[in-house]
Amino acid sequence: MTATPVAGPSRFAMRGIRKAFGATIALDGVDLSVTEGEICGLIGQNGAGKSTLMSILSGALQPDAGEMWIDGRPFTPHSPIDARRAGVAMIYQELSLAPHLSVMENVMMGAEPMRFAGVLDWARMREMATRALGALGHNDIPPDATVGSLSVAAQQIVEIARAIAVGSRVLVLDEPTSSLGRDDVQHLFDLLRHLKAQGHAIVYISHFIEEVKTVADRFTVLRDGRNAGGGDTASATHDDIVALMVGQSVSNLFPRSPRTRGEAILDVKDLEPGSASLTLHRGEIFGIAGVLGSGRTHLLRTLFGLEPVRSGRVRVGVYSGVARPHERWMQGMGLLSEDRKEEGLALTLDVADNLTMSKLSRFGPAGLLFPARQRSAAARWISELAIKCAGPAQKAGELSGGNQQKIAIARLLHHDVDILVLDEPTRGIDVGSKAQVYRLIDALVADAPGHKPRAVLMVSSYLPELLGLCDRIAVMQRGRLGEAVPAQSLTEHELLMAVTGGTGA
Amino acid sequence: MTTRSLIERAGTFVGLVLVAIIFGLLVGPQFFAPTNLELMARQMAIVSIAAVGMTIVIVSGGIDLSVGSMIALCTVVIAQLLRMNVSPLFAALGAIATVAFCGFLNGVLITQLRVVPFIVTLGTMLIIRGAAKGLGEERRIEAPQTWLNDLLRVTRGEALLPSGIWAVIVLSILVALLLRYTRFGRHVFAIGSNERMARLCGVAITRTKIVVYALSAAFVGFAGLLQFSKLSVGDPTVAVGLELDVIAAVIIGGGSLSGGRGTVAGTLIGAAIMTVIQIGCSQRGLANWVQQIVTGCIIVAAVALDRIRSQRGGV
Repeated sequence: MTATPVAGPSRFAMRGIRKAFGATIALDGVDLSVTEGEICGLIGQNGAGKSTLMSILSGALQPDAGEMWIDGRPFTPHSPIDARRAGVAMIYQELSLAPHLSVMENVMMGAEPMRFAGVLDWARMREMATRALGALGHNDIPPDATVGSLSVAAQQIVEIARAIAVGSRVLVLDEPTSSLGRDDVQHLFDLLRHLKAQGHAIVYISHFIEEVKTVADRFTVLRDGRNAGGGDTASATHDDIVALMVGQSVSNLFPRSPRTRGEAILDVKDLEPGSASLTLHRGEIFGIAGVLGSGRTHLLRTLFGLEPVRSGRVRVGVYSGVARPHERWMQGMGLLSEDRKEEGLALTLDVADNLTMSKLSRFGPAGLLFPARQRSAAARWISELAIKCAGPAQKAGELSGGNQQKIAIARLLHHDVDILVLDEPTRGIDVGSKAQVYRLIDALVADAPGHKPRAVLMVSSYLPELLGLCDRIAVMQRGRLGEAVPAQSLTEHELLMAVTGGTGA
Repeated sequence: MTTRSLIERAGTFVGLVLVAIIFGLLVGPQFFAPTNLELMARQMAIVSIAAVGMTIVIVSGGIDLSVGSMIALCTVVIAQLLRMNVSPLFAALGAIATVAFCGFLNGVLITQLRVVPFIVTLGTMLIIRGAAKGLGEERRIEAPQTWLNDLLRVTRGEALLPSGIWAVIVLSILVALLLRYTRFGRHVFAIGSNERMARLCGVAITRTKIVVYALSAAFVGFAGLLQFSKLSVGDPTVAVGLELDVIAAVIIGGGSLSGGRGTVAGTLIGAAIMTVIQIGCSQRGLANWVQQIVTGCIIVAAVALDRIRSQRGGV
């Protein structure tokens, strides 16, 4: 554990930042610094603590221990507004612009020049916004244009211009290239170098090691909430950085019962969007690895009929062709959404409704529904999956994340589907629940007397999970699904290389 | 039923009891005389049955502002059909079918144009009102006397309540059963609570929503029938702004404008609270403006209480 070296007087520094959520320690003594005219890359796998660190930097969370300084003065933001006043400008993946307002209004938002008594000085506003855009070398963006009519790349520049115009001391960019095309990424890099030359201090967060190597001067790697290492990007290879990210996190959390690969039950050929071809068999877990925004969730949703298919062939069991979610359920396919709160569950409804919504027809003839039968079906899954709740009539929103996730998975079991499509099955749940979910997934595809093994297609950002559970893994990168390879032949190192844009699997 | 939902329901009922006691004290014991209670029941019948329909819409996460206009159209259609010597039964059914068709159109516009229900029904509120005026040639339409005029008439011993009120009670029970004991009912709750989840679970969202608006409008048609019975003429200018009373009844009764919540029992209690205030104020000799201020306070208080309750629940 080497501390990040400090080069010269730092514009921004944090030392020994610690943050725990209950028993989970998200950050355990993290150091980070950036000086004038420097770009510092921040790298780490999902769950390494990047987003907690960002929340602390932006004032949304307060650290339990540790100190921060800006220009040598202590920096203790209590809210995002505090942090902005102190000069920390955050550019998130999701841009925060008002799409109906003009470019200049967005650039000067919160710092609008006034004549007197709150009357806007439009002439100065235009002048200041034009100057801010000019400083970025982007006089091509008209200050009068409506922001919503601009491309994503131009919108991002407007957001950066806002940060510059209000006099930011530290600019923090979180995955800024995730929604940009190749040319726009190049332009963004040029812009960042330009800002660096003007003496700005920039923190650049990315999954993509190549990007960090291209644009950053130094890098810091986070792993399990600690500084795993760092150094000059010029002297570190892609391989070195991956080694720091991986560490030795092999565990035997993952059960592996005897499995027998059965008949092919899902066949996908040249599916667009996603350029996906894959075959899934009974008794098999097929994993899709990829970073956020690589198109993996979109691919699953397209398969399930929630997004339109542009071209390609899909065969589910004996059915072929495109289908809507209703038909996919009938064909024996169920989807677990990655977004439990917004899509997976209806939090204001009770556990029984959430668990059985896809198949209410079991509970009575001719459109009738007997609540007693619905409740007893739900009660069966509650005890089978050891879901902690007051009973089938409790509101789903009152349960913990792990128990909510079990309800969402139980819906697929209640429906008795053959193909379980699981998008981030362990996102946002505690370690104990994770272990239970792993055992459950393993049991679904295991050899068992009396019933045919099912098939699982799963997406995860957490690579050890894919390596531990899956039989075969394919990598999704920038909207394209690669060739599937046996999971045993892969190391976490190789898989991470592939996912983050190096060569490998 | 969990203890919590029992408390939620009891909460509205306690409100009704409180309001009734307050006006009982203000007006005197004659406030609770059977004839006075029957007066209140007749007074609240129209809003109640429309609000029962609106409960389905609001549970689905929607809203229907065209209710008042539909009631006016319904009275005009009945009057015109009666003048054409159509039998009273078919005149009533024809008018209810016309209004249900308006609701069907609301549903089609909302699902096909993907415009929010508030805007679509704001438009159809004007369109239907205009149609009613056109059909009624901008005046009241006199119609021959038939048994339709007796639906809300005071009873003389032979039955406990007027037939119209019995019908409201039976229809309300049917809707309560529909929401709880059918697949359709649970789908309505799922769409209102989280439409994306409903879509994920394969619920036929478009079809369900269209049925919701058409069905709700059929109940509004029945409210229009009662309105005609009360007026005994077709009046294209009747029930202006009634949709707000109807929505208020659902909200006071625990319905949520963000969808997924609401009960028929709660809605009826909500309508009863508003009626007690209206009748109480007028029998106490309080001016109309007092009534309006009190009703307004009750609506805000009911929703504020609801907020506090759901925040405590952590949902």
